[in-house]
This record gives sequence, structure tokens and C-alpha cells, in this order.
Amino acid sequence: MELRKDYFADVRKDGLHEIGQPRPRLDSPGHVTGKTAYFADRNFPGMLHLKMVRSPHHHARIRSIDASEAEKHPGVVRVLTAKDVPHNVYTILILIQIGPEDETVLADGKVRWKGEAVVAVLAETERAAQEAAAKVKVDYEVLPAVFDMEEALKPGAPLVNEYHGQNYYLYDSGECRKVRFGDVEAGFAQADHILEQSYQSSPIEHAPTETTGCVVAPEGNDRFTCYTNTQAMFFTLDNTSIILQMPGSKLHFVGGTVGGGFGGKVDVIVEPIAILGAKLTGRPVCFIYSREEEMQISSPRAAEKVVIKDGVMKDGRIVARKVTGYTDAGAYSRHSPYGAQKGAAHYPGPYTIPNVWIDTYCVYTNRTPSSAMRGFGVTIGDFALEVQMDKLARLIGMDPLEFRFINAYRDGDMKAHRQPTEGAALIECMQEASRAANWPVAEKYMAMSSYRKGV
Amino acid sequence: MAKVPVQFTLNGSEKAEFVESGTTLLNALRDKIGDTSPKGGCHQGTCGACSVIIDGELRLSCLTLAETCGGADIRTTAGLAEGGVLHPLQRAFLDAFATQCGFCTPGMIMAAKVLLDRTPNPSREDVVEALSGNICRCTGYEPIIQAVLLAARANSQNAA
Repeated sequence: MELRKDYFADVRKDGLHEIGQPRPRLDSPGHVTGKTAYFADRNFPGMLHLKMVRSPHHHARIRSIDASEAEKHPGVVRVLTAKDVPHNVYTILILIQIGPEDETVLADGKVRWKGEAVVAVLAETERAAQEAAAKVKVDYEVLPAVFDMEEALKPGAPLVNEYHGQNYYLYDSGECRKVRFGDVEAGFAQADHILEQSYQSSPIEHAPTETTGCVVAPEGNDRFTCYTNTQAMFFTLDNTSIILQMPGSKLHFVGGTVGGGFGGKVDVIVEPIAILGAKLTGRPVCFIYSREEEMQISSPRAAEKVVIKDGVMKDGRIVARKVTGYTDAGAYSRHSPYGAQKGAAHYPGPYTIPNVWIDTYCVYTNRTPSSAMRGFGVTIGDFALEVQMDKLARLIGMDPLEFRFINAYRDGDMKAHRQPTEGAALIECMQEASRAANWPVAEKYMAMSSYRKGV
Repeated sequence: MAKVPVQFTLNGSEKAEFVESGTTLLNALRDKIGDTSPKGGCHQGTCGACSVIIDGELRLSCLTLAETCGGADIRTTAGLAEGGVLHPLQRAFLDAFATQCGFCTPGMIMAAKVLLDRTPNPSREDVVEALSGNICRCTGYEPIIQAVLLAARANSQNAA
């Protein structure tokens, strides 16, 4: 590894003694000896296994649930339905006042995606729980479903989620998040060329090697210890406290060791129902997703559609950018309203464009609820933006790297969402990339700096 | 469900358990005997996290029935270090920064051990082939390959 200390040498203290030096990881000794304790490595005498009965339909009304055969199955200790959950309708981000509560822990009267949890079965063995779950009879009335974001936004589309009342998240700014900067139509009028392109992505599953789950042990003092692989310990604790109407002081969460997460373990899904099971049975409870559940049930990265219209000058300056972004939340919000909002701020990319107009929609469909994954809200946007940048460079016959130097944001530039650019270093990164990739650019670009003198 | 007795050697110690017929070796090791170093990632023989060594052969413990292991010599990552001294593979995984979340690590080390036991000086291609049944979703394959090659070099220097 080469450490280049000549960049910003005048503004940085040269105390970077750790960077470039190998340092042992604190957790590695546990990993290589097999001693690291993942949640599933906890085992308690008398532990029950929880299995979920899931919806086979994308959208359906539940007429009735008959769990009597399941309850009689040998080894079954308890069957849970919606009425057993103290505060069954929740949403993760209510903790930061992003509502409404729109998702059920166990389906109540309706299912909105294929795989939604309907009934929880607790049994002495995993096998007994699985067999009993297959005996639960749910009578469904199948409803029309919608899987495409633009179809979902059309008048007359099936309503996915009654808690929202329409198939988009209602922001305080209206049906979408909006960024308005300069005069985008004036920018297009002035442009030498206009390029409008549409980009789409599918949902992406994180597929961690360790599946989502938790092990809960009831303690003698009416507290519950929950060993979990959540990536969001306090979100999970606080939401569990709301769902179970139980003070946080009764909940002891042990975690931080995650066998691969990548954002897929930030939702609050397994812990509340497992703790409820432990509370109602007085027994330790283990709820671990099967591999199939991990792939089909856990939240993926949202599908997105990004429509970009750019106005560009022959000399390489982008003078106007209009973006409409769609984030497929699936049936419930989880973290998607936040992801779509991030996109609104991000779509100008690391470029300074004087006229910007952005709308981003968080759309509800009858698909698996999506949520966080590595840079969600911006990663698909970056794919779209950088493909668009290459297309624009080709359109005006310019080198794609030089085209990016011309438009790169620099310190002091005002971004479209009114945050001034600080510590950008994009120019310097591209200069290094030009050298490392042996992709030469004109000398004037190698002489540029992220600093603007006098700013 | 009928229980069956099973007796084998685990990392040099005699073990005897009654297990339900059909219990996998993975579940017997983890839930009955308490060796949680083999991990359950897929329970269908595709991820390699449950890899153990049975009579010198690399095996997926999630697809091996415990009752078929009577009299076997079973080795897991938990038993690799001797007297608190790490095995060269463990040392190399530390030094080459070959762990991230750590969930695949015990299985990777088992697969690498079987390779080095048979091929003390493997080529890079040998290492890639030997680890091809083990998934690292943190995608840290390159440091893992380098760690196995490093351990092989350390072994040959010790032998020289």
C-alpha cells in the first residue's frame, strides 16, 4: 500500500501513524479458534423452537385462522396469533418520529406480501414446530396485487397498505421528497444537448452466511436476555419495548457479533415475537431463519427506478439535471422512506450543477418489504448517475474522466440540497486514479485542486 | 423418536451421546457436546460453514448423520490449537487479515487443513480448488487464499 502524504500536507497534521501499518483485529483470535460466540451458539435447557406460518399469497384477506390441529401436535407448547401481541402494529422509525405505524408483527385480518408472518408455533423441537406449522389452517380471500411501482402509483391501483391510504409514503413535502435548485427549465433551454435515460434495478438479497435470528432466555427476575445478531441493537430494544408494552429495563440485549449483515439485519423482526414466546411460556426460545427464509423473507435492497434528464454544454459543463427516483418499499415502510429521502439529496452526484430538480418517491407494492443494504438509497443512484455520465461524455465526444473533472464538486460549492461542499478531495482522487489506471488526462486537470483560492 | 447411542473421538477426547435417529453431526456437536465451532449457515450442504474432518476427510457435518460416526476420529477448529499455541493455519489467518465476520472461518480452516495435510506445498490453484466449497459472504477470499499459502510456507520453513 502506498500512502500519499503530499495531498493537503499544509492543512493536515501529519500524525497518521496507524494508517498503512498492520494492526491485529480484536475479534480475530476468537474467529480462528471457533470461540467467538454467535447468538446461535447459546443453548439453554428446555429451549423451545419457533417456526412461522407464512402467507402463500401476495395480497389476501384472512377470513379465519384454525390452529386447533397444530395445538394438538405432539411437542407443541404454544401457538401465537395477532391477538397475543400487545402492540401489534409498529414501524421501526417511529423512534425518530417517522410514522405512521404500518406493519403487523403477526398478520391481523390481511396479508400484504407473500411470506408475511401470520401464526407463530412454539414447540419442543424444530421438527415438531415445523410439522405443527403445516397444520395451521388459514382461510384466505385472495385480493388483486400490484408489483410494479408505476402501476402502483396509477389511479385505481390496488391499495397495498391501509395505514398509508395511498401507495406512496406521504412526506411533509407531499407525495415525494423534492429538491429545487436554480431554474432547471432555463438550464435545459440553454443546453447544447439533452439526454434523458431510465435506469432500473431488481431487489438484491444480502445472503449472509449466518441467517437472521435470536435466542431468548427468561431470567428469574422477570427480565429477558435476548442474544441476537441484529445490526441495530437499540432500535431493536426500543421497538421491542413498544411492541411488547414492556419497559426497556426488562429487556437485556446481548449482541454485536454478527455473521454477516450488510444491512440485512437492521429490521426488528425476530426479537419481539421470540421474547413474547419466552414470556408466555416461561421457557427459553430460539427463532432462527432457515436458509430459505433468509433468501425469501428477510428484507432485500429495494428495487429502484431512476429517470435522469441532463442538459449539457459542448464544453462539458452540465447545466441542468432533472431526476425522478422511485424506491420500491414493498408492503411496509421499514427503512425505505429514509432511503428514498437520501436519494433526493444524492442524485446530483459529486458534481456541481447550477440547475437541479429532483423528486423521489417511496412506493408501496405487494412485494417483500425492502430495507437497508450498504449505502441504500444512493448505491443504485450512483450506478445510474455514472452510466449517465459516461453516456453524456460520449454524446459530446469528450474523455469520460476529463468530463468528470469539469463537473466535479469542489470545496465551497453549494450543493442542490443547500449543504456547502467541504473536504471534497474528489479532484485529488481522480488525479490519483488517472495515474494508477494509466488513463492520462490533460495537464490542466492534473493541476486542479479541490480548493478554490479565496474561499 | 428412538434414541441411538453414538461414540466417537472429538479432537482426541472420547465422546458418547444418545441422539435422536436422524440427528445431524452438526447438531450433535453443537447442541449435545457443546462444540459450536462448526457453524450452520444453510443446513443443505452448500455453504461449507459446518465443515469438519472425519477420519482425515473433509466432511459437511450438516449432511452427515451423527449415528454414522461411530468410532470415527472427528476434528474441528476448536481442537486445532495445542496447549494454547495456535496451529500455523490459525496464526496465518490472523496475520493475513483473513477474517471479517468470522462465521465462515472455522469451515475455511478445516478445508485448508485437509489440503495442507495432503499437499504441503500447494499452488494458488490448489488452494482455490480446496476452498471452493466454502462461501465467504464478506467476500474476503483473497486474504484467505494468501493465509493458506502463508501457512504452507511457514510449515515448510519449520520442516527445513
